[in-house]
Amino acid sequence: MDGQSQTMDVSVWRGGEDGDYQTYQVPAYESQTILDVVSWIQQYEDPTLTYRFACRVGMCGSCAMMVNGEPRWTCRTHVRKVLTDGAIKVGPLRNLPVIKDLAADMDPFFDKWVAAGGVHTPSASRNEPIAPVDPDGDDRVTASAGIECINCSVCYAACDTVAGNDDYLGPAALQRAWTLYNDTKHDNRAGILDAVSGTGGCHNCHSMGSCTFYCPNELDPMAAIAGLKRETARSFFRNRKG
Amino acid sequence: MMRPARAHPLWLAFVLHRVSGVALALFLPLHFYVLSLALRAPERLDNFLTFAELPLVKFAEFGLVFLLAVHTAGGLRLMAMEWLPWSAPQKSLAAGAVGFAVLLSGTFFLQVI
Ligand code: HEM
Ligand code: SF4
Ligand code: SF4
Ligand code: FES
Repeated sequence: MDGQSQTMDVSVWRGGEDGDYQTYQVPAYESQTILDVVSWIQQYEDPTLTYRFACRVGMCGSCAMMVNGEPRWTCRTHVRKVLTDGAIKVGPLRNLPVIKDLAADMDPFFDKWVAAGGVHTPSASRNEPIAPVDPDGDDRVTASAGIECINCSVCYAACDTVAGNDDYLGPAALQRAWTLYNDTKHDNRAGILDAVSGTGGCHNCHSMGSCTFYCPNELDPMAAIAGLKRETARSFFRNRKG
Repeated sequence: MMRPARAHPLWLAFVLHRVSGVALALFLPLHFYVLSLALRAPERLDNFLTFAELPLVKFAEFGLVFLLAVHTAGGLRLMAMEWLPWSAPQKSLAAGAVGFAVLLSGTFFLQVI
């Protein structure tokens, strides 16, 4: 394939919650991402098309959208990989309110991040000596497993439990809570267990694994949530004895 | 809104678990009712047992044992996966659970025909 001899049909969500898909003819190139396609439409067809991106290299987590029904980071999703019968369908992320076009409202996602106890509480101040952390220690290895999360909300869009329960904190927030829980420099571990064992907490998860399946950074929120299930249960029985 | 394609092994295992759980919940009251006939009306139980000899009914019984096996294996899989800190081989566990269920219900099937 060279130049613009071929085109593809790209349907893009336009408008708010009650919008609709609109189809554009976009030139097909040899090497092209979904974000390139969306940008092409915005630059050459309709400058009012709204969407988000920043880094274009899979670092910032702002470009996630639904592509042919699956949540993906669009800057690192190659068209060739997802093109079905010469067509692509791009929509705003699932499980979040739509602001306009491809921009979903991320507020619920980040609010839950905080609600799950995701804010770091230091266990020491700058005036105290720095406590050494063994990078190979069990706690640290468990915590490190989740730190590459880019907050893209792909897992949140993939999760059917989120779809069915507005209160459910969701995979990313719970994975963050598990990461902090295993961070020896975090001071509020009991607070995390409280935050994740309420109505919207970790025990809502059915281990269906869509989060882990779709996470573009190959993280494993499902395993992190299983960790929270174990620790909340353990602390429940500990407290009853004590 | 678009719905994501979710046909990956763990999601299918979840669906199987839910469907089999609900089906079992529907079946159990019926099962207990039939058992209660042994005490309340033995002759009606005998009638029912003759009816249960029909091949079609035997086949339905295969389905029920399959449901129970699939649900038990799936439940054990979930409990192992969540309570023992394993991570990677979950897919094979899911597959193994189904395999085990097929084996168990298949054995039952061969015994009853
Ligand atoms: C025989 C041993 C059994 C085991 C080990 C077992 C295990 C489990 C587990 C671990 C779950 C949670 C699944 C999840 O989080 O999604 C579950 C759900 C369920 N079980 Fe069982 N179960 C058993 C028998 C039964 C029986 C006999 C019934 C029928 C009365 C039943 C009905 C259900 C239902 C309706 C659900 C909800 C399904 C869901 O949440 O997706 N189970 N079972
Ligand atoms: S494993 Fe839990 S958090 Fe992940 S998609 Fe399934 S229900 Fe949602
Ligand atoms: S866990 Fe993965 S999919 Fe979920 S927000 Fe983080 S990077 Fe994105
Ligand atoms: S634009 Fe930053 S992750 Fe895609």
